[in-house]
Amino acid sequence: MGSQAPAAAGGGQTQRTQYPYVTGTSVIALKYKDGVIMACDTGASYGSTLRYKSVERIKAVGKHSLIGASGEFSDFQEILRYLDELTLSDHMWDDGNSLGPKEIHSYLTRVMYNRRNKFDPLWNSLVLGGVKKGPKGDEKYLGMVNMIGTHFEENHIATGFGNHLAIPILRAEWREDMTFEEAVKLVEKCLLVLLYRDRSSINKFQIAKITTEGSTIYPPYSLKTYWGFSHFENPAQGAVGSW
Amino acid sequence: MTGSMDLPAKGGFSFDLCRRNDMLEKKGLKLPGFRKTGTTIVGLVFQDGVVLGADTRATEGPIVADKNCEKIHFMAPNIYCCGAGTAADTEAVTDMVSSQLQLHRYATGRESRVVTALTLLKSHLFRYQGHVSAALVLGGVDCTGPHLHTVYPHGSTDTLPFATMGSGSLAAMSVFESKYKEGLTREEGIQLVAEAICAGIFNDLGSGSNVDVCVITKGKTEYLRNHQLPNPRTYVSSKGYSFTKGQTEVLSTKITQLKQTVEVAEGGDAMEE
Repeated sequence: MGSQAPAAAGGGQTQRTQYPYVTGTSVIALKYKDGVIMACDTGASYGSTLRYKSVERIKAVGKHSLIGASGEFSDFQEILRYLDELTLSDHMWDDGNSLGPKEIHSYLTRVMYNRRNKFDPLWNSLVLGGVKKGPKGDEKYLGMVNMIGTHFEENHIATGFGNHLAIPILRAEWREDMTFEEAVKLVEKCLLVLLYRDRSSINKFQIAKITTEGSTIYPPYSLKTYWGFSHFENPAQGAVGSW
Repeated sequence: MTGSMDLPAKGGFSFDLCRRNDMLEKKGLKLPGFRKTGTTIVGLVFQDGVVLGADTRATEGPIVADKNCEKIHFMAPNIYCCGAGTAADTEAVTDMVSSQLQLHRYATGRESRVVTALTLLKSHLFRYQGHVSAALVLGGVDCTGPHLHTVYPHGSTDTLPFATMGSGSLAAMSVFESKYKEGLTREEGIQLVAEAICAGIFNDLGSGSNVDVCVITKGKTEYLRNHQLPNPRTYVSSKGYSFTKGQTEVLSTKITQLKQTVEVAEGGDAMEE
């Protein structure tokens, strides 16, 4: 990506993100018995600098959904503004119905794809999860959209580095109807691997869940890391000159 | 540089042909591609030794060139090496170092040490400045204990309790990072290695087919070729395939003799020297 606006473009066509500046790293989400759980770290990097360490990359949308984003943070803030307008006008209808996660996912897909077609993408990978009462009872929904408009629905989602490090674990260990504690344990397992192996992640995470009762975004906390392997203590012991 | 050019190059890589290759490429010659292994290779240290694992798919771009190749190479009876990157490079480099180790064993009369293999590999790869595209996981047990190292194409090495390399390394590493502990038993080690390779096989497109495992302990090495076959051929026609004579209709037959007559000259002239 990164197409440059031709110098003599007719009419001041504003262009925003050609490449991201302030970025958030992976977001992980999975469906469990009562709803959807979503987690990410609270860091935002400016290139290779860890610039912001207390950034909330998961937000509630309406009564039924949670949105998590990785990628350019300013574009995420813009998306939140669009969603505010959307939920406000939905509320003003005052018809007893409110937008569910599926509808919001659909809306975001249109927005992202449309922007990509204009060569002015919102540089994000968005994760949309929620629960809403449907014809078959409480329907859990989890999907993602990325900056080029690719969208799909799955039982477990990961963005960014999570695709390579967390998805193998989720594919092997996710089950239908996990309890909240089991889901948290699985998510923490993935977050720990990301902490060890993703250079832009930090040891400060936020977990959020959404159920029919509503959404809860828990306060940030850190995970315990283990560095006590005997091989880490004196690696060159058996191989003098190596490291 | 006037004068005689009799002396062979002392060492290092001769970059003479690189300019010629560049020139040819600019003129439009398409350079031949190379077969990469697009791989998942892993190794871990357990209580009695080392377990190495690898998948068995060799790719040539988007095509699977070999669906059951061997990526765990023999270095010494107590040292094995998994290779990722360009297949030719890993084969050549491991074969070369294996021969050097054998000569060294004859000279010293002792079992080879893993550090020896490591140093030979890293100095060779460093000399070639990354052009020899071999990323290796070297493991073995010698008189000083079990060792596991990774060697990168540019010549740097790491000494680790568990290691993964190749395109599927992240998938395999996620399994190791969440499940590895010190002091695993042999069964647990093999199981964890197989799980890590399977994570690579099923989540990485460059890896696939079967799982090869090699267990090295003091005095004993077991090479478990195709330890797991998680991708069997599921559909085989139950009726079988037969190609009996008469199934294909013969429309016409024409027989052409290649030579009408063959003359044998008796006592002819002997061939000139």
